[in-house]
Order: sequence, then C-alpha cells, then structure tokens
Amino acid sequence: MSKTTGEYIIAREKNIYEVVIGLEVHAQVLSNSKLFSSSPTKFGAEPNTQVSLVDAALPGMLPVINEYCIKQAVKTGIGLKAKINNRSVFDRKNYFYADLPQGYQISQYKHPIVGEGIVILDMPYGQREIGIERLHLEQDAGKSIHDVDPQSTLVDLNRSGIALMEIVSKPDLRSLDEVNAYIKKLRSIMRYLGTCDGNMQEGSLRADVNVSVKKKGTKNLGTRCEIKNVNSIKFMQMAINYEANRQVDLIEDGKKIDQETRLFDTKKNETRSMRSKEDAHDYRYFPDPDLLPLELKNDFIEKIKSEIPELPDEKKKRFIDKFNLSSYEANILVSDKETSEYFEKVIKNSDVKLSTNWITGELFALLNENDLAITQSPISAENLSKLINLIKDGIISGKIAKTVFELMASGDKDPQKIVKEKGLQQESNPKALESLIDKVITENPDKVKEYKSGKEKLFGFFVGQVMKVSDGKANPKLVNDILKKKL
Amino acid sequence: MNDIISQNLTVLIKNIKDKKISSEEVTKSFIKKAEKAKTLNCYITEDFDSAIQKAKKFDSKPNFKCKLPGIPIAVKDLFCTNGVKTTAGSKILNNFIPTYESTVTQNLWNEGGILLGKLNCDEFAMGSSNETSFFGNVQSPIDKNLVPGGSSGGSASALASNLTPITIGTDTGGSIRQPASFTGTVGLKPTYGSCSRYGIVAFASSLDQAGPMAKNVKDCALLHEVISSYDSKDSTSIDFKRNNYSELLTTNIKGKKIGIPKEYRVDGMPIEIEDLWTKGIEYIKECGATTMDISLPHTSYALPTYYIVAPAEASSNLARYDGVKYGFRSEGENLIDMYERTRSEGFGNEVKRRIMIGTYVLSSGYYDAYYLKAQKVRKLIKSDFDEAYKKVDAILTPSTPSSAFKIGEKTNDPVSMYLNDIFTVPVNLAGLPGISIPAGLDKKGYPLGLQIIGKAFDEQNLLNIAHAMEEKINFKNNIKEWWIK
Amino acid sequence: MAIDLKTVKHISKLARISLDDEKAKKLAGDLNSIFEFIEKLNKLNTDKIEPLTSIAETTLKLRSDEVKSKNIRDQILKNSPNENKDFFVVPKVVE
Ligand SMILES: [Mg+2]
Ligand SMILES: [Zn+2]
Repeated sequence: MSKTTGEYIIAREKNIYEVVIGLEVHAQVLSNSKLFSSSPTKFGAEPNTQVSLVDAALPGMLPVINEYCIKQAVKTGIGLKAKINNRSVFDRKNYFYADLPQGYQISQYKHPIVGEGIVILDMPYGQREIGIERLHLEQDAGKSIHDVDPQSTLVDLNRSGIALMEIVSKPDLRSLDEVNAYIKKLRSIMRYLGTCDGNMQEGSLRADVNVSVKKKGTKNLGTRCEIKNVNSIKFMQMAINYEANRQVDLIEDGKKIDQETRLFDTKKNETRSMRSKEDAHDYRYFPDPDLLPLELKNDFIEKIKSEIPELPDEKKKRFIDKFNLSSYEANILVSDKETSEYFEKVIKNSDVKLSTNWITGELFALLNENDLAITQSPISAENLSKLINLIKDGIISGKIAKTVFELMASGDKDPQKIVKEKGLQQESNPKALESLIDKVITENPDKVKEYKSGKEKLFGFFVGQVMKVSDGKANPKLVNDILKKKL
Repeated sequence: MNDIISQNLTVLIKNIKDKKISSEEVTKSFIKKAEKAKTLNCYITEDFDSAIQKAKKFDSKPNFKCKLPGIPIAVKDLFCTNGVKTTAGSKILNNFIPTYESTVTQNLWNEGGILLGKLNCDEFAMGSSNETSFFGNVQSPIDKNLVPGGSSGGSASALASNLTPITIGTDTGGSIRQPASFTGTVGLKPTYGSCSRYGIVAFASSLDQAGPMAKNVKDCALLHEVISSYDSKDSTSIDFKRNNYSELLTTNIKGKKIGIPKEYRVDGMPIEIEDLWTKGIEYIKECGATTMDISLPHTSYALPTYYIVAPAEASSNLARYDGVKYGFRSEGENLIDMYERTRSEGFGNEVKRRIMIGTYVLSSGYYDAYYLKAQKVRKLIKSDFDEAYKKVDAILTPSTPSSAFKIGEKTNDPVSMYLNDIFTVPVNLAGLPGISIPAGLDKKGYPLGLQIIGKAFDEQNLLNIAHAMEEKINFKNNIKEWWIK
Repeated sequence: MAIDLKTVKHISKLARISLDDEKAKKLAGDLNSIFEFIEKLNKLNTDKIEPLTSIAETTLKLRSDEVKSKNIRDQILKNSPNENKDFFVVPKVVE
C-alpha cells in the first residue's frame, strides 16, 4: 500500500482518532434521453416540461432501457480499471417520497453492471490507490422545491428518470485533500470519456459521504454515518469536518454512534439526522419484473474498450516520457481533458519547455483572473504557439512577449501582427546596439568607475539602462556580449 | 334487435360486411341491452354517446378490411383508454382520465373496434368474485345470488348477458379463465409476453397478461389475433411469429397428446367437477387425440408461491398511488400523513391486505425466506411443465375446483377465496397459455369449465384443441335474463 | 410463525397505509391465516435451485438514445389533485 502521510487526525486529551471516508458519487450520465424513457435530459428547462408519461409514473407505464446509458456505464467502468459484469440486474428500491413518482427507484442492488476497480490519486506525499467497490446504473429522482411556497413543497420531475452512475468507493480516503483529489480525478476521468460533464453547480455530480472515525492504530472501522447528497467539494469537506468531530465527541463522552443517514445544512454548517428517512431504511429491494436481466456479450464490451480514448493516467505518463515534463507539470496539464488538448496543439509547432511555462504560468493566470475555462480562452492555441515561436526565434524578448500576450488577450490578435504593427521586434543589429550602449556609458561615468574598481554587480544596472533606452526591445543576449567588451 | 345482440362475433362481422346491418344498429342494440341490465352492475363507465358517433362514422366510410369492422366492445376497466375514465375498480383512481391508450385496446380500435365503455372488475384485479370493486359487486347473469367470478367479472357478466359481443380481460392468477368458467364463456390467458402490458394498470408485472373473452373459440381466436402484438414499449413483450389464429383454426387434432395431471385431483373437489373432467377426456379421445397421465409434482405449492410473488410485486406497483400526481388524495398535516390517509382511504380491504403481505415478504430479514424462496419454487413449477411438454402437446384440467359461489360466501375467508384459483395460478407462474371453455352445467344449472394449458407461444394448438372439444361438448348456456323486469 | 400487532403496524408504516387498532387487529388475523397457508413452502428443500429471474423468454431489448417525447406538461399535470399549472404540489416537507 502507498503511504498515508496525509491522514486526517483528530487528537483529544487521551486519544488520537483517524477519520475514514468513503464516497458514493452520483454522476449524471451524459445522454440525450433518460435511462428508461425518451424524454430529454437538458438542464434548466421550465419545470415539468421534460417529463414523459413514464417519468411521471402514470398507470400502466413501463420502462425501456437506453442502450447508450449502458455503454456510458461500461466506458466509465473501463476508465476505473474495473471489472465489467456480463450479467447485471435492475432492482426496485422501494420508498415513498414526493419526487419519486413510481414509489421506487430502479437501481442495481446485488448485481451491478461494474464491479471492483481503482482510482489513482497523485498526492504530494506520493500516489494513493483508492478502491472502487462498484458502479451501478439507476434513475435520478425529481426535484422538491421547499422554499418557494411557504405552505407547500413543489415538485418538478424534469430530472426524474435521468440516468445516474453511482460510483461507490471503498472506505479508503483518509483526508479532506484526498476527498478533493478523488472527486477531481473521477470528474477528470469521466470528462475524458465523455460519460459525465461533472458539472457540480448543475448537480451532475453529487455525493453521499460516509464518515467514520477509529482510534489510531486500530483496525476495525467505527460505525459510519452517511451524509446525503452533498453537491460541492467545499461542502463535502465542511460536512466531513463537522461529522468526524461530532463522532469523536460522542465517543469521548462514552456515547454510541447510531448508523444513520444525515443531512448537511450548508447554512448552519452542521450535519443532522434526517427524520424523514428514519423508517425508510427498509428499501425492500427486489428484481424489477418489468425488466429482464441485462446480459452484456464480451464483444460488446471489447468494442467499447477499443473506443476508449487516452485517459489522464496514461496521458500523464506519455507527457513525462515523451516531453520530459515533471510529474507536477504533467499533472496540471492532464487533469483537464481540454487543457491537455490545448497543450498538445501548442507544442505541435513550438518548444515544449516554453509552452509548458507559458500555459501553466501566464495563460492559467489569465484564465483564473477572468474565471474562464480553457475552452473559453481568449488566446487560441495557434496564436500562443506563434507567440512562443517569436520568443524562441529571438524576434521578441520574454519581457516584450508579456506585453504582446496582454494585447492578444484583449483581442486575440495574431502576435506576429501585433509585433509588426507596434514595432516590438527585438533590436539585434550590433551597430544600433553599440550606439545605445555608448550613450549609456557616457551618461554614467561614476557607475563605470565603480564597476571598473570591482563592483561587478553593477553590470545588471547597465543592462537595465540599455533596455530602458531601447524601450525593452534590445536583444538582451547581444547587449550582454557588447557591454562586456566595452566595459 | 334481440337477434343482433345474441349473434356471435363471427356472424356479426359477416352481417356488417354483407351490409345487412350497420355498425350503428349493432352498437345501439348492445347499448339498449345495457340500459336494461344496470342491475348487473357490469359497467363502471359507459361511453355510449361516443360509441354511437364512432359507429356512424364507421358506417359513413366503412372499411371492411378491418378485422373488427364497426364492432362495439366493452373492455375491463384496467385498460387505460385515452379520454375515458380508467379506475381499475378503485377509489384511488376514481377520477383518473388517461391521456394515452393501452396497446391492447389500441389494437382493437385499429381494427375497427368501437369502445362501448369500461367494465367493472375487482379492485386492481385483486379478487376472484368481483366483490372487491369500489364500484360495487357485479352479479352473474346465471343467477342473481352468484358471483360472476373475478377479477374480470364485469367482462364475463357483460359477455354472457349479451351487453358486448366480445370483451377483453386480464389474467394474473386466473382472472380471465375463472370468470369465463363461472359464466359459461370462453376465456384465453395468452403466453406471457404475447399481449403488451403497456397501458394496463399493473397488478403483478411478472404474471399479468391481457386476453380475449368470447362466446366461442373462433371469436376468441379472432380477438386474440387482434390484440396480440409485439410492443417495443413493453420490455417483456416477446417478438415471436404470431398467427392469424382464426384463419388457421381447425378441429383436426388427430394425434395430439393431451396430458392429464394427477395432482389436479384435489381433496374435496365436487364429484361433478371430477365427472366433467372425465367427460372431457372422452371428448378428447373422440376428437382423435390421445390422453396420457402425467405428473406436475409441485402443483400444490403454486398457490402459496403465488401469494408471495403477486402481492410482493403489487406492493411495489401500487406505490405510485400516493395522492401526488393523480387520483384520489386525502389531505394530511404533512407529506407522510397525506400518503397514509390517501392510501388508507383510497384502497379497499383486499388491496390493503395484499399490499401488506407484499411489503412484509420483501421486508428486511424476510426476503430470502419468502420472496427468494417463492422464485425458486416458481422455477420448479415451470420445470414441471417443461418436463411434461416433452411428452404431451397440451394439458387438460378443470378450470376451477367448483362452480360459481354465492355473493358474500367467501368474503370473510381470504384463504378459501384464494383456493378458487388453484387450477389457474400454476399457468401464470409458468408464463404459459391457458384457455377455459364451457363444458357443462352442474345440477344447479351453473356452468363448469375445462381448462386446456398449452406450451409457450402455442396458442394455435391450444385454440384448435379447444375448438375441437367445443364441437363435441356443444354447450348451451342457461341464462334467463332475470335482471330484466 | 405469528404476525403480531406490532409487526402489522410496522408494515403498515412501511407501506404508508394508516391503520387504526381495530383494523390492524383484523388484518393481523387475516395475515396469520394467509401465512399459515404460505408456510407450506418450507416443506420444500430449494437449496440447490436457482431462483427464476424472469418468466419472459427473451433478452432485455435496448432502446436507442433518441429524444422522442415532447413537452406534455399539460397532460402530465392534468390529473393532479392540485391546480398548479407548473408543478405537482404536496404538503410542505421539512427535512
Ligand atoms: Mg447512497
Ligand atoms: Zn444512488
């Protein structure tokens, strides 16, 4: 096993506790239509406008499964290096809730479509392998809106029936950072595969968080509590924090922890028992008699395997091996599929080292500042590549390049054009440089004296002056050479 | 007019095609008859005005290529019908008007059929006497004190009393065959997957099948060929080659081997049933087929298995009736209170009883002991039939262990009520086709039926055997129209 | 095995059907006679038997990922017990 120096430890007077976390991530499958009906899945539609007779569970309506959703689940399973099961069964999970129109959720219980797999996390203290217990397909519920009408709850079934992949991890996560890294990695894998857009604001990725604590060094896990439906990494971390400390408090007070389902109140920053689910624990699972077992032939699975794109782990390895990137750099560049594609476009015609620096430096800063995704970047990969070539060819200096970059950002102009129009080419004519240098030397006789008497640090001062009088356009390498001779 | 309503389907179609009578005349005749038969309580919803309009429309531009040209048909109120109230015999759906049509009824209308209205049935098809309907019990045309059987009791009664020339029912544990047997009519439960379940209010999904009910085997065959279709909207619908059953119908069953299962000779079965069965065996031989004793060793486990599987599925299927989206709602202090009141007031006693059984057998700690066990026994029951069909082409049994019982006779004893389905339930558990044909009268003059059970998808053979026997039996129903004052 | 009143009440809670004591007692009686009849299955040894998973002799048919249904909100809400034109409405749920 990998080392776990990132453990989340809660120390009390006498005891030290470790926090153990497992996640059940619900990822909305990217598909045009729902899992068992042909209604659209688009986000943000008017309430109840994407609801079919099946989604609203009208009498006599029956589920018919979407083949694409099955493929998406298999793809994701392959991305998690997991076992794909040739036979899986859809069960009914029975419970009553306002946004669950059938009175049951069609899910997979004993026989999921995907079995055990792993997710690798790159932590500062090394790699961590997080076990995946299973991935199963199920229907999403509708949405209950509690805060519009003071007397009642409103129900919107647009989401009802959209396919979800529930990805259940083993209780292998040991810290808030690992939770963060795990969610990001899952998201990244699914985005590479095109199986889930990972958009947490729109609820495409939500998680039930299982938290337990145990005394450090002991083997047996403590009683766990499940915190339902947390929809951001920040809230997951806050919920885990609160919950772990609550459990430790109970143990320290000699009290028992009840295995229960809890809710995270984002306003109060606390978890509390979900009373409405109290007696709903008995889900009375049984195979859905409206559906048959799902049998997947090996060639079906193999065909999907052959269509799997390069995934972040492999891409990272290739970037390190082929481009000589550091693990850190490769990580940043592959974590997001679009970023890696951008990077590969830039380096097609440009220097790798410079490209890496410019993308992870200037470009990321620009995107961050303006809260933009790489796909919304005002600077195209082609133009960044041109800019880098201008530097590499000595046409502009790195410093001028920053000015050009800013100009590009405000209008995405061709850097070559900017340089030409603004006359920003580097001055590399030795004669012209010599006259500039002569001017600086004559204007600073005192400094020349000091330099000659041994204060060599002043060399930088002369370079700076030359750059200043050249408006930054002087070729710094030539300036250096000539200055050395003249002084 | 009385002449029209007593014509069987085949004759009606011929007369309509020959333009001897119009669809409007036929439709009005059945409606007129129904107006005089309110006492029977066959209808939950009448759609008569609309039926007459449709008949007129048919007559103005008749399409005689249709298989049911301008034929008025009343159907069990378990089929969703677009724009016409569909209740499943329950208060909880008292005000429900579907905006869609079940595949089976759509098939009827596609072939020129005209909806007369919706027929009474046991609530959510749970019952064997049509006494659990929220809309009151149905009386048998045979005798006013008798139940018509159930759950398709309204269908059987309406058919036997000439309120509709043919009808359709659903059969989860005998709900077509038992009422057919009680009313002297023909009822077929097709192979599971033959008729689409789309748009039929679900009772127990792995057992439910829609099927035809008619006055004779030929009508039944024609109706079956209309309603049976592959439907991509039902994942359990099966895409097999369906026949034109009525065209291929023959009485020639020479050389067929018919199995007689000894386990169907149950304790306390009236001697009249015993005799009927023996007579049935003779008829079979007279038709040139042979009979053979066979064993279906797990028969006695069928009912207990059924009373786990069916309620379990029902408890889940009926969870959607919660007062949120449609149907009856009883206001409550909060959501849970609303659910509990709605379901307590909206469902009748038998439905609640079965939901409770189903919830219990699926609940944590009991699943393996009951539901899983039942699914294993179900496998054994199916294997019994598979074994038998290595030797025989079909199986002959009585349809029911007794003739029709009295209204109220079994309402306080659920188990004795359940025992009435003892011969029909194994067929549903095994997903096989079964037909009940009228075969005689007991000494009280009540009809008795014989059941023929076929191989999966072998409806043609089943209908042929039934047709051949029908000819020999030459059954005459004894209905005195006591309800007409 | 006897089903007691407490069990009946628990099951009615799970099934979301309210029962007064009298009804619960009556139901307990019915359920006991039904289960007595069901217990017959225990006489059969089924240890080596695979449970039946589906009676339909076919494989699960798969649908292609096409959007076919339109906005039918009017139809969806037509039979709802409340009058809201956009939503289903239920008593306020407090988590
Ligand atoms: Mg969960
Ligand atoms: Zn889930």
